[in-house]
Amino acid sequence: MNLDFNQIVPYIPFILEGIVATLKFVSISIIVGFILGTLLAICKITKVPLLKWIADAYTSIFRGTPLILQLMIIYFAVPQLTGLDITAFVSAVLAFGLNSAAYVSEIIRAGIMAVDKGQTEAAEALGVPYKSMMLNIILPQAFKNILPALMNEFITLTKESAIVSTIGYLDLMRRAQIVGADIYRNFEPLLFAGLIYWVMVFILTKIGGLVERRMRQSD
Amino acid sequence: MINTSNLSKTFGKNEVLKGISTTIKHGEVVAVIGPSGSGKSTFLRCLNLLEQPTSGEIHINDINITAGKVDKLKIRKNIGMVFQHFHLFPHMTVLENVTYAPQKVKNLSKQEANRLGKELIAKVGLTDKEDAYPNRLSGGQKQRVAIARALAMEPEIMLFDEPTSALDPEMVKEVLDVMKDLATTGMTMVIVTHEMNFAKEVADKVLFLDGGVLMEEGDPKEFFTEPKTSRAKDFLDKVL
Ligand SMILES: Nc1ncnc2c1ncn2[C@@H]1O[C@H](COP(=O)(O)OP(=O)(O)O)[C@@H](O)[C@H]1O
Ligand SMILES: [Mg+2]
Repeated sequence: MNLDFNQIVPYIPFILEGIVATLKFVSISIIVGFILGTLLAICKITKVPLLKWIADAYTSIFRGTPLILQLMIIYFAVPQLTGLDITAFVSAVLAFGLNSAAYVSEIIRAGIMAVDKGQTEAAEALGVPYKSMMLNIILPQAFKNILPALMNEFITLTKESAIVSTIGYLDLMRRAQIVGADIYRNFEPLLFAGLIYWVMVFILTKIGGLVERRMRQSD
Repeated sequence: MINTSNLSKTFGKNEVLKGISTTIKHGEVVAVIGPSGSGKSTFLRCLNLLEQPTSGEIHINDINITAGKVDKLKIRKNIGMVFQHFHLFPHMTVLENVTYAPQKVKNLSKQEANRLGKELIAKVGLTDKEDAYPNRLSGGQKQRVAIARALAMEPEIMLFDEPTSALDPEMVKEVLDVMKDLATTGMTMVIVTHEMNFAKEVADKVLFLDGGVLMEEGDPKEFFTEPKTSRAKDFLDKVL
C-alpha cells in the first residue's frame, strides 16, 4: 500500500467544484420530486379513479425500473426520439426528480393516511374547503410524521446522484474519476470524493434533526 | 328548523337508521339517547352530511339538504359539531384552533377573528391558555376549546356527539356547564349523551333511539318518569 495524497492536491479545486455541480442538480431534483410527489400523493387518496390509476401506474414504473436506465432513456433515447437536444444537467434533474417523486409520493400518502380521521371530520364540520384542509390541517401533520422518511429519501438521492457520472455530467464522482485517470491513481481521488459525500450526508442528517426538533414544538 | 322525514342510512347490509322522522324547532335543546350502536352518532352525522343518508330527506330552514346538488360546505358553516374525542388541530394553538375556520371559511380578517376568538375563549374560561397547544390541556379544557372553535363560525345549530364520554369524571361538569350556558342563549342544540341528569335538566325534548328506530320522543320529564315503550323502560332501568 502506497497512498500518496500529495498528487491530488492540485486537483482539489477541480474536485470541490463537483460539490457545487452535485448540490445544484440534487437540490433541484429534491424540489421537483417533493412537489410532484405531493401532487401524486393527493391523486392517490382522491376518489377519482383515473387520477388514482395514473398516480399508481407512475409510481409502479419509476420504482420498478433502475434509476440508471431512466437516466439513460432521458439523456440518450429522448433526443433520438424527438430530436430535442437535452443537456446532461436537465436530464439529471428530470431523472432524479421524476424518480424521487415516485418514492416521495408513497411516503406522503402513508403520512396522510396516518393522520387521524377525526382531523378531516373536524375540518369538514367547520365547512373548510378541501384544498385548505389539505394544506393547513392534514399535510402539516403528515409531514411532521414522515420527516425522518423524507430525510432518508433525500439522503439516498444525494448518494445515488453519483450515477450521473455515466452521462458525463461533471459532478463530484465524475471529477474524481477524471483525476484518477489523469494521475493513474484511483484510490486517493475516490477516497477524497467519498469523504465529501459522507460530509454532505452528515450535514443533511443534522439539518433533518434540527427541522424535526422544530416541528415537535407542539408535542 | 330541522326536519327529517323517513331518514335512513345503510352501511353495506347494515341498516343503521330505519326511517327517522322528527322535527327540531329553532332554539330547542334536544337530547338523543339510546343504547350503544342504536344509530345516535349516525343520526347526528347525517344532519351535517358527514354521512350521506341512503334515503329520506333532511330539511334545514326549509332547504332540502339531501337534494342532489347541495353545497355541503355552505350547510356545514351553519352547523357546529363537537366530537367525543375533541379532534382539535394539534399543530395549532388554542387561539389558532378557534380562529382558523372563521378566517378561511368566512373570510374574517385576522384581527376580527382574533377578537371573536378571544371572546369565545374567555366565555369557556380558558383565556390563560390562548397560546397553549392542545397537548398541554386537560380533556375538559380540550372539549371547551372544541366548543369555542365550533361557536366561532357563529352557527345556528350545534351538534354534540357524546361530548363528555371521553372525559375523566371530575371534568364532566365544566363541559356541561358551558353547554348549559349555551342552551340559555337560545342556540339550537342536538346532543347525543349518556348524562341523563343533564338531559333531564337542560333538554326541551328527548329522542330515544333503539336499533335505528326512533322509539320515543317527547318531554324529558315524562320520558324519564313514565316511558311509553318497554324498550325505553329497560334502557332507563339500566342507566339510571
Ligand atoms: N362508517 C361506518 N361504516 C360501517 N358501519 C358503521 C359506520 N358508522 C357506524 N356504523 C355502524 O352503525 C351502527 C350504529 O353506529 P352509531 O351510529 O355509531 O351508534 P351509536 O352512536 O348509537 O353508538 C353500528 O352497528 C356501527 O357499527
Ligand atoms: Mg356514538
